Amino acid sequence: MKKSILYTVLIIGAIVFAYPFVWMFFSTFKPDGEIGNIQLLPEIWTWENYQLVFDRIPIARGFLNSLIVTSMVTLSVTIFGSITGYAFSRLKWKGRDAMFSLSLLTMMIPFQITLIPTYILIVKFGLTDHLAGLIVPTMITAFSILLFRQSFLTIPQDLVDAARLDGCSELGILFRIILPLSKPVVVTVAILTFVANWNEVLWPLIVIRDQSLMTMPQMVALFAVGGGSDSSIGAQLASALLLALPVIIAYLIFQKHFIKSMASSGLKS
Amino acid sequence: MKKLSQVIKPGFLLSMPYMAHLTLFFIYPVVFSLILVFHRWDVVTPMEFVGLKNFIRVFSDEVFMQSIINTGVFLVLHIPLQIMVALFFANLLNQKIIARGFFRTLYFLPVVVSGVVVTILFQQLFNYDTGLLNQFLYKLGLGQVPWLVSENWAMPSIAFMATWKNVGLYVILFMGGLQSIPTELYEAAELEGASSTQRFYYITLPMLNPTIVTVIVLSVIGGFSLFIEPYVMTGGGPMNSTLSAVLYIYNQAFNFGHMGYASTMGLFFAVIIFTVVKIQRKFVETEVY
Repeated sequence: MKKSILYTVLIIGAIVFAYPFVWMFFSTFKPDGEIGNIQLLPEIWTWENYQLVFDRIPIARGFLNSLIVTSMVTLSVTIFGSITGYAFSRLKWKGRDAMFSLSLLTMMIPFQITLIPTYILIVKFGLTDHLAGLIVPTMITAFSILLFRQSFLTIPQDLVDAARLDGCSELGILFRIILPLSKPVVVTVAILTFVANWNEVLWPLIVIRDQSLMTMPQMVALFAVGGGSDSSIGAQLASALLLALPVIIAYLIFQKHFIKSMASSGLKS
Repeated sequence: MKKLSQVIKPGFLLSMPYMAHLTLFFIYPVVFSLILVFHRWDVVTPMEFVGLKNFIRVFSDEVFMQSIINTGVFLVLHIPLQIMVALFFANLLNQKIIARGFFRTLYFLPVVVSGVVVTILFQQLFNYDTGLLNQFLYKLGLGQVPWLVSENWAMPSIAFMATWKNVGLYVILFMGGLQSIPTELYEAAELEGASSTQRFYYITLPMLNPTIVTVIVLSVIGGFSLFIEPYVMTGGGPMNSTLSAVLYIYNQAFNFGHMGYASTMGLFFAVIIFTVVKIQRKFVETEVY
């Protein structure tokens, strides 16, 4: 009896969290007049909402822009984060601990302070309306360095010493010995960076005005806010679904990694 | 490379890209923001020194104060709701159940999806006449709720939506926290005749303290960054009731070109964030122990 109550509550929870997405999916195939109906399945199936999205905004281009920006940032954060994390954990040099403290400090300063000056920097570099303006400011993050450092500290010194005796360079030690042993942290950093940047919308809204360079979330947000969607609810939902789909698919394939990685962002505090 | 590494330590060399990036995108912005707050500047024309005018303006700007109060309202509703719902589901999922992974996957789904998606979706669910939520309430014989159209309801609605979106993450964090509590504690308490409520208050809650602190800090930082939800959903209305501080700063800086004033608000707001996070850390730590 008690078990059945437990499962009932769990299933209600599942409906609460998942049903809106199911509703959204079917609504994108409904004519606008039908979306207000409580019935889930469309009476008349239509492609018009998607048609309107593709007519009004270059959403495929937005997808490509997001993919470029997010991949570049993820690659850069992983490479530079691991290099710096290595220097902060397995190498001894003057000023190391001071630098590490400084990197911790950067995580404590709210972005509301640096937002405007960083924008001005991007203006000075002439990077507004350039994808580089979205990539460069987040190429290296203190949080990734912290995660790499913590993980690298657990690797036995003998392995590092042996490689060094064999004449391996420092970068060689990092990429051939340490990183292959640190796959979990690489996955964590990559997923966290990818999801955060794929969903980022404030910074693109500030830096990019040219529609052909907008990221996908930015384009979809402006499509819903501005007049582009002709107030068509179906079209707004269709654009939102197109934006959600890549992440949902990636999540369903790698769900265990997603959950583990994102839960580890709780360490941040 | 060999020769260079004899002069400069390899550790220093390897962290040079980060140091350069840090100087450019952290130290410079922080320093520059401290200069900006004493100036009026629209990026195009030359900077104009205005002394403390921006600070005086911050304190007399009722809309900015309103935006801070709005953020406070959001947090006061969002954080307790988030903790209660997350604890509730974490407790259920930690029981011996089948298909735990299935439920966890679904609860976590809104966490990975973009805030833009969730906002567009909820804009329809919150619709007064045609929204799913009001239709559901109507079927139950309850009245309709003016979710986004009433200035009293709009911010609570956004807090409700944010809870729905984020709670999955906190379910996972609490599940981890609950699993780290030794079962001997519960067994001992049960032998001593402690009721399940007592066990919850005297074992579970204190042992979960670190997780609760994490959850609160993360929610506070997230709540203080509230931007895209009001930007897409309400534009800050009705009657500025959902105008978040970040949205107001964004409008001042990037729609009106008030860089100096916006920076001053940013600094002021950052000081508030910092203070709140510090205070509640102390408060939560002493309160629960």
